[in-house]
Amino acid sequence: MNIVVCMKQVPDTWAERTLRAEDSRLDRASVDGVINELDEYAIEEGLRLAEAHGGEVTILSMGPEKASESIRKALSMGADKAVHLIDDQLAGSDALATSLALATVLGRIGFDLVILGSESTDARTGVLAAMLAERLGTPQLSLASKVEIDGSAISIQRQTEYGYDTVEASLPAVISVVEKINEPRYPSFKGIMAAKKKPVETLSLADAGIDPGQVGLGAAATEVVSFANRPPRQAGTIVKDDGDGGVKAAEFLAAQKFI
Amino acid sequence: MAEVLVLAEHSGETVKKVTLELLTLARRFGEPAVVWLGGGADGARERLAEYGAAKVYVADGEGLDDYVVAPAAEVLASLVSRTSPVAVLVAATPEGKEIAGRLAVKISSGVLTDAVDLTPGDDGSGPVAEQSIFGGAIIVRSRVRSGTPIVAVRPNAAAPEPAEGAAALEPASTELSEAAKAARITDRVVAQRGERPDLTEAAIVVSGGRGVGNAENFALIEKLADSLGAAVGASRAATDAGWYPHQFQVGQTGKTVSPQLYLAVGISGAIQHRAGMQTSKTIMVINKDPEAPIFELADFGVVGDLFNVVPQLTDEIARRRES
Repeated sequence: MNIVVCMKQVPDTWAERTLRAEDSRLDRASVDGVINELDEYAIEEGLRLAEAHGGEVTILSMGPEKASESIRKALSMGADKAVHLIDDQLAGSDALATSLALATVLGRIGFDLVILGSESTDARTGVLAAMLAERLGTPQLSLASKVEIDGSAISIQRQTEYGYDTVEASLPAVISVVEKINEPRYPSFKGIMAAKKKPVETLSLADAGIDPGQVGLGAAATEVVSFANRPPRQAGTIVKDDGDGGVKAAEFLAAQKFI
Repeated sequence: MAEVLVLAEHSGETVKKVTLELLTLARRFGEPAVVWLGGGADGARERLAEYGAAKVYVADGEGLDDYVVAPAAEVLASLVSRTSPVAVLVAATPEGKEIAGRLAVKISSGVLTDAVDLTPGDDGSGPVAEQSIFGGAIIVRSRVRSGTPIVAVRPNAAAPEPAEGAAALEPASTELSEAAKAARITDRVVAQRGERPDLTEAAIVVSGGRGVGNAENFALIEKLADSLGAAVGASRAATDAGWYPHQFQVGQTGKTVSPQLYLAVGISGAIQHRAGMQTSKTIMVINKDPEAPIFELADFGVVGDLFNVVPQLTDEIARRRES
């Protein structure tokens, strides 16, 4: 089975993240890049499915040069190879353009199963799996908390507001996974050493056959009008519990008309 | 006036509150027209009229409920080409955002997700969405510059305001492509969650964290929540420890909530958690550690042992309710 896991490098969520004044884009240079935490579950699920059913796991990542560190880490977890879509003209792509670029590469490299995390921790749109399925014309089995494959049949438990849906389809398919699906492994020393020799193919827009006019900031279908730091919340009232903390809390709630 | 399509969230004929909020926002820059998938539109019509829906496009056909996301996107795409709306609004639930994503590809339009407010553009151009990003640290105003703006709006972005509407029912196309039938829903499992309101829609949320200590102690959080008619949430530390079910996790990797009142109990306030609750209108904190970063967000905080403060608060609320 040919499994492709889409992976995004994002700024560490523990770091302070800022937008650049000149183009309202995320300042990626000043913070450490890490594998989008939610993509780690996608990588883990890809590895488990390949271990159970045979096949190869390819990491597909779109991003600047810096993303190669995260690609190498994904390989050290056990993925077999990687494709890195890298081109300055991709900078500033919105979800629509990103899905176009990734779908084009996926169409070129082929797949039985594409796995994504449920969202990225920076943009947090949560739309990419749906967009890829739409563009590729394959079934969308997203927000999976459990995945089962039997031959060419795939079944997932899709997390819903009320519980879950069982969803069935045939491969090839696009799935996304939620974090409760598994516990991502840490790279072993052996894995880290092996990753150094694993093939990473880099593709430019021209290599991938993507029209530069359809991606990047210039082609983005959305734009930032303005942005500002959230004004600090007004300092609240903090009381120490001297045996009447609950009563004081209730007084506050009553004053605010919550009770 | 041009139409704004609003995809209804409903269970049977019961309209969810977020839909009334979307109707309220839609009226700021157009005439709201509800898109109703499945049955129940007749019963819901009066309610939709009370909140200003001019029309209700009803797509009630075989199989619409049986497939993941794609049918809703197809119904909306065909309505967009039929009615040329000024915008399409959906609720920013995980599924709503996926519908928005597929629709964006179908109609080559920009999509904005997780709007916490929506206003008309200065020059009469499409809506401007306010989004709260990076764990609530930055407020961004964005707009769609190509195609029909599609905006996924978070629950509680506006208070529902009544307005008169005709809510005229009109059938919408229910024809599905083969591609839309590729992922079939074969079973729906409803998790036990009792009588509490939906976490993402609730006006009040009471969440417990590491300080709660174990699963049994979450009964204290639940009792407090029930005294306020609130939903119960939990921090990642609490769900990872198995003290409370995962679907109630509030935070970066869980649900994002934006209630009128958020009570954080025994939660330190790591950025992971703040990302999921920072846009709450009023925040109350109960924590024994005065240095906990969550106090920076508190409108009212009690530094104290939650095992003393929470039961006392619960009793006091009950006492005030009775008197």
